Amino acid sequence: MRTIIFRFTAPYLTSLMVLFSIFVLLRGHNEPGGGFIGGLIAASAFAIYGIACGVAPVRRALYFHPMTLAGGGLILAVLSGVLSIVFGIEFLTGLWAFPTFLGTEVALSTPLFFDIGVYLVVVGAISTIALALEEREDD
Amino acid sequence: MDGLNGFDADLGYLALALPFIAAVLAPLLTRVMKSHAAWLLALAPAGAFWIFLSGLREVAEGTVHRFGFEWIPSFDIDFSFRLDGLSLIFALLITGIGTLIILYAGGYMKGHKDQGRFLSFMLMFMGAMLGLVLADDLMTLFVYWELTSITSFLLIGFDHTREKARRGAVQALVITGGGGLALLAGFIVIREVTGLTSMSDILAAGDVLRQSAAYLPILILVLCGAFTKSAQMPLHVWLPNAMEAPTPVSAYLHSATMVKAGVYLLMRMQPALGDTTLWMTILPAFGGVTLVMGALLAVRATDIKITLAYTTVASLGLLVMLIGVSSETAIIGATLYLIAHSLFKGGLFMVAGSVDHGAHTREIDKLGGLARSMPVTFLAAMLCALSMGGVTPFIGFLAKEEIYHAVEYADPYYIAIAAAAILGNALMFAAAFIVALKPFVGSMPAEIHDPHEGELRIWLGPLVLGVLSVVAGLYYGVYHEFFSSPMASAAYGEAVEIEIGWVPHLNLAFALSMATIALGIAIYVGSAALRAVLSRMLAAIGWGPDMGFDQAMRGLVRFASKVTNLIQSGRLDYYMTTVVVAVVVALFASMWLADGFPEMPTIPQIKIYEWIVLGLILLGILAVVIAKDRLTAIVSLGIQGFAVALIFMLQGAPDLAFTQFMVETLSVVILALVMTRLKLSPADHRPLREKLPDALLALAGGAGFGLFLLAVIQTPFDSTLSDFFERYSYAIAHGRNIVNVILVDFRGVDTMGEIAVVMTTGLAVLALIRIRVGRRGERTIDPLEKTP
Repeated sequence: MRTIIFRFTAPYLTSLMVLFSIFVLLRGHNEPGGGFIGGLIAASAFAIYGIACGVAPVRRALYFHPMTLAGGGLILAVLSGVLSIVFGIEFLTGLWAFPTFLGTEVALSTPLFFDIGVYLVVVGAISTIALALEEREDD
Repeated sequence: MDGLNGFDADLGYLALALPFIAAVLAPLLTRVMKSHAAWLLALAPAGAFWIFLSGLREVAEGTVHRFGFEWIPSFDIDFSFRLDGLSLIFALLITGIGTLIILYAGGYMKGHKDQGRFLSFMLMFMGAMLGLVLADDLMTLFVYWELTSITSFLLIGFDHTREKARRGAVQALVITGGGGLALLAGFIVIREVTGLTSMSDILAAGDVLRQSAAYLPILILVLCGAFTKSAQMPLHVWLPNAMEAPTPVSAYLHSATMVKAGVYLLMRMQPALGDTTLWMTILPAFGGVTLVMGALLAVRATDIKITLAYTTVASLGLLVMLIGVSSETAIIGATLYLIAHSLFKGGLFMVAGSVDHGAHTREIDKLGGLARSMPVTFLAAMLCALSMGGVTPFIGFLAKEEIYHAVEYADPYYIAIAAAAILGNALMFAAAFIVALKPFVGSMPAEIHDPHEGELRIWLGPLVLGVLSVVAGLYYGVYHEFFSSPMASAAYGEAVEIEIGWVPHLNLAFALSMATIALGIAIYVGSAALRAVLSRMLAAIGWGPDMGFDQAMRGLVRFASKVTNLIQSGRLDYYMTTVVVAVVVALFASMWLADGFPEMPTIPQIKIYEWIVLGLILLGILAVVIAKDRLTAIVSLGIQGFAVALIFMLQGAPDLAFTQFMVETLSVVILALVMTRLKLSPADHRPLREKLPDALLALAGGAGFGLFLLAVIQTPFDSTLSDFFERYSYAIAHGRNIVNVILVDFRGVDTMGEIAVVMTTGLAVLALIRIRVGRRGERTIDPLEKTP
């Protein structure tokens, strides 16, 4: 699989896919997309990178162990629910704020952070599996 | 809760919590202060004792305190307590003897490297036992009941490097824990039948319980709990084996307190469950057999601790027998005996520990002549033994007189009980002096070197208990007013007056008492011969409940391994077949039972490009079936998946299509990677007759899903939910993508559960991948696996 063309293009392809996955994640509330699908895209990006260039560069690029990402995502999702309790409403009830940022109104909400949590869990769990499977004894 | 007049409920909570607080502090304090920590830790039970003592006068006047709070309101379960005569006297015994025991343990275990752990377990047990006797709500009682079993397990197995200690611990846990489960079932039946959840309510509704159709199952289940805990034959085996524990444990758990939990439960429930033919038959039968057999085994034993253990079994039998008789005098007798027994048996166990400590043996044949070097211990031993033997003016005498008053009727029922009581008491009289007199008199065997008296904490406990045994007997008026009468009243269900004193009156009961003592002296003198006869008899029988326990456990393990082998073959294809068969059965059975098979659908207008996509799907499936090797089949499966995604796209569900694309891609990639890992043969080489069942099963599964989906879309569509989401998705959740809004907002908790599952699956798969198959087929986890 490690042809020179594939190895050369894989990093660009991966960067594009990760960027796209974040785009899909953020647009998800109003257009097709969301954390789950975004996470799948990012996970396949890392899988491609791993197939092309080996697992070690992927692990270096990710910096954290993918399972740590997944754990962090789960914690983020839970915390975004807990925040509602802090504000005295029921667990996981959406909180919304619309601050103006550089002249543009930005919608910030706890469901957004919840969705980011979903994204991280999916990326983390699936990359864990894919990378572990790609890893060879000689890597 | 109401009814809080005078007694401070907050202090009640404090008293309940004190032992647990001390248990947490014990390891730390012991590290800092060594064995002196026991002085400080003993303040916890002493404080609790003081708090309960403050309620003594009110309770003696008949006040019942109830305190607690709601615990699980949806199930009507409270965390509540009841302080009346019965629970108060028990609480005083637990905390009072507990104080002495903690001090004793401080001296006895001095220098032991795990003393902190030991004291912590002891205090935990104390807290559990205290909660047990005070609990009002049935579930509260059950929780504490099981806690005593668990802490007792920890204490018996304290010296866990010895196999016998581990076996004793497991045996005690299996028997008492099993009984606890029966008790739980009994409580649940009581709740179901009467709707009552607390002891206080149950005591007020005895007639309802006794006349209920479920009286027999309730009685059997409750008795299972009580008999296992209070070591009735043949479930007594764990008690002698529990002697593997250090002596403070035996003195506290296995004489004064824990084994009384069953007796406590019987006394507590006697007003509600007792006074029926069943009660008056079952209890005396088990109790009587336990009394006589236990006392015989006590005389047979050569280890003084085992002797004491069997006299405890016998005493518990006596108590159960008396509670079974249910008459007022019998209950009074049981009450008096229970208090007396807690004092003298706790003391005698501590004496046995001191003897062991001083002479380094507990074998009765190797002991003698210790009185000169251990005078205080000898004095304490004699005081306790005289009470146990029922000699006036000790409280043991009051108990025995009252017991004989209860059975002095010319009726076969009472004669049988009286006979058991006299024989058992005489044997226990002999056992008392075997333990308390024999090691101290006569000539000292040469093997004993340098016997010595223990420190203050070692002899203080037995001496205090021995002195109390005689003081309470002498001042019986005060004793009855504050201690025995309130307790007996609660156990009997009506106020009772106790008049028995230490001055003997010439009557039948006194004559029986004298006969007992005479018989006891005779047995003491002939104890060596009796022991030899009993040993030969037991050897001839060659089987006992203890061996039966081992056989039952071995059978259980064999049964478990058979069942496991049957349902866990370890072959992936079997598991998959099982799952698919289950799915097929579920699909067809539900359609068949609900008469929900779909009607023949009308073929809709299908456009040309839709035909092409359908053709693609069929092509993909065909490719899977005819593929030469597994890898090709996996990739071909992807064709079919992509085609389905196309259909989603054409039908206007871009979200679904999008996800389907990604899932298909990733599953093909991961399956292909797994294939390279598993070292499977590249193709399926099985002959057709082995493939055929799998093929048929696959067809059945596909047909099942197809028919089921058809049936689903033929039912009229209920648009309530989709209307709701359409209306509110943007209005209250600020999102136009309904699917996403449902996922992250409306059904956020579901999603949270799902991502937790995704993560757990990832972890599990990671663990599976990291397991390497070792050279000899053993699976090991590679410790050198790098985790960046």
